[in-house]
Amino acid sequence: MYQYDKYDQAMVDARVAEFRDQTQRRLAGQLTEAQFRPLRLMNGLYLQLHAYMLRVAVPYGTLSSKQMKMLAHIARKYDRDYGHFTTRQNIQYNWIKLSDAPDILADLARVEMHAIQTSGNCIRNISSDQYAGVAADEIADPRPLAELLRQWSSFHPEFTYLPRKFKIAVISSKQDRAAMRLHDIGIELVEKDGVVGAKIFVGGGMGRTPMIAPEIRDFVPFSEVVSYLEACLRVYNRHGRRDNKYKARIKILVHEMGKEEYTRQVEEEFAHMKTLGLDPPVAELERIAAHFAPPPYEIGLSDEIDLSDRDFAVWVDSQVAPHKQPGYAIVNISLKPIGGIPGDASSAQIDLIAELAAQYSFDELRVTHAQNIVLAHVKKADLYALWKALEAADLGTANLDLISDIIACPGLDYCSLANARSIPVAQKIAQRFSDIGRQKELGELKLKISGCINACGHHHAGNIGILGVDRKGVENYQLLLGGSGAEDVSLGQITGPGFDENGIVDAVEKATEVYLANRTEGERFVDTYRRIGMAPFKEALYA
Amino acid sequence: MLEFYTLREGGEAAELPAVTLEAFAGQSNATAVRIEPGEDARALLPHLDQVALVEVNFPVFGDGRGYSAARILREAGYTGELRAVGDVLVDQISHMVRCGFDSFAPDKPLDPALIEQAFTIFPNRYQKTVDPTVPIWALRHG
Repeated sequence: MYQYDKYDQAMVDARVAEFRDQTQRRLAGQLTEAQFRPLRLMNGLYLQLHAYMLRVAVPYGTLSSKQMKMLAHIARKYDRDYGHFTTRQNIQYNWIKLSDAPDILADLARVEMHAIQTSGNCIRNISSDQYAGVAADEIADPRPLAELLRQWSSFHPEFTYLPRKFKIAVISSKQDRAAMRLHDIGIELVEKDGVVGAKIFVGGGMGRTPMIAPEIRDFVPFSEVVSYLEACLRVYNRHGRRDNKYKARIKILVHEMGKEEYTRQVEEEFAHMKTLGLDPPVAELERIAAHFAPPPYEIGLSDEIDLSDRDFAVWVDSQVAPHKQPGYAIVNISLKPIGGIPGDASSAQIDLIAELAAQYSFDELRVTHAQNIVLAHVKKADLYALWKALEAADLGTANLDLISDIIACPGLDYCSLANARSIPVAQKIAQRFSDIGRQKELGELKLKISGCINACGHHHAGNIGILGVDRKGVENYQLLLGGSGAEDVSLGQITGPGFDENGIVDAVEKATEVYLANRTEGERFVDTYRRIGMAPFKEALYA
Repeated sequence: MLEFYTLREGGEAAELPAVTLEAFAGQSNATAVRIEPGEDARALLPHLDQVALVEVNFPVFGDGRGYSAARILREAGYTGELRAVGDVLVDQISHMVRCGFDSFAPDKPLDPALIEQAFTIFPNRYQKTVDPTVPIWALRHG
């Protein structure tokens, strides 16, 4: 994985010094909260319902064991002994004291990490595929480009006060594990005439106006990607709406201006940008790519796995994915135990995962947008020992992409924007479907819960989505069906009137019954919904 | 505390009355123009050789359109004074310089010690823009 050189290290060290100074000015009363707010937000520090929340960037979701251990240390020393992995592959801490924040950033800088631009109306952490570098169908590892763009977007002087936040995802497989087209800019690596470059999608997003990003260019060579993105951002910075924060994302600009006109303006700006020498040389991308070379795999390993332990076999069936190297497998570690809080991990669990990554997966791990952890390079011969260790730490849940593998935002338990609680609903649904046989019978079923229309829990992209709203002071939950954040991207539709906290659990169960009664051979929940439509579900839900 | 700060030689504020972009279009002898956030800086490009001062207004610091306006003018070869006016805070001015601003007339005076610090805290920069800073990728590859 990428390692900082002296320049990268100097940048994060400078940021720590700058923020320490700003925090001291705030604590001394020289800065008002209004003046301090944009400064702390640029460092990922939010003021939530009960305390400060710090969001730490995990660039494209990739971490070393040493970095993971530092995340555990921060949870233990500065928080309440746990952290929360997010849908943008980051981690956030919910109980931070302002006076500790500079020390936390200094601790992070010691392991080449930061919280830069994890908030604010700027280019946020760039996300990617958790199977990067090991997926059999990928064109090239997407992370070198993501790292190049991390550097380009860090402290970008023109694009730090955009109309609204800006999220970029880079993928390289036809299978989309990063919800690429639900980002402000989605980049898919593609090959054209034997050359690898970028296909560009602009204007996707969730929030209160969900949109799927249209393709605006089929190919940009790597040597011009920075110029092209500068053009995309400049048109947005100049013309994106600033009169209403709910209409300020680039998706609204692309929608209102029209894809054709937006593209025309980007192309015009791009023709100009290309002449300015803004693009790093290809040698820079090659320098970065060398950091992502495949680890030294052993060759000639067996692909046999002894599945005589039934519980192990269930876990393997659910959590292990094929690896492009013979004898190796990709392991998904579930952070969704039945009754747990989706994405939460204790410092002991984070430490253990770090140690297991060091022992079994070349010292490297990834955070997924579904709030799980991936060990990308595990020998099949080691799977049993790894599973035993995970089981002992309540990390052996077998539910990847099943109904209890729920994405949920922090909701009203933590968040100052939320209208309703998300976590208790996730817990009740997981408990209702706790029987693993029943979950497997239902098959792939992605359930996503947001506690308000800002959609941090990706409810629009859930095969089953749940949106918490406030109805006359009472929490109420709307049900959506048919969304997908994968390569078959689609937006869920609301079934009708909402339900109370227990009613929504019953409603989810009824929707699964309609699926089971109607599915044909091999159909997933979302396939059946697409074939039979909303009517049979409505009938069952509101009879 | 400084009510005006400039990086230009001489160090004095050009005391030119800036006209609006609209007024400038109909007034051939004006040499100073003020651009508001929604206005198109490119409308000035045909007249750059007669302009000595462009003021770019930031009514609120969070409205970042002025950064693009400044960079567009410098990319087109404008060499006159480029002044950020309005809600200009010390924590923004190093980014402003990178986009081509070379003077500042903030609503609230700036602390010179903090200005100094703002310009020196980051040893290098990742991007190439319109200022002379050599980006990190160029330092790496000589």
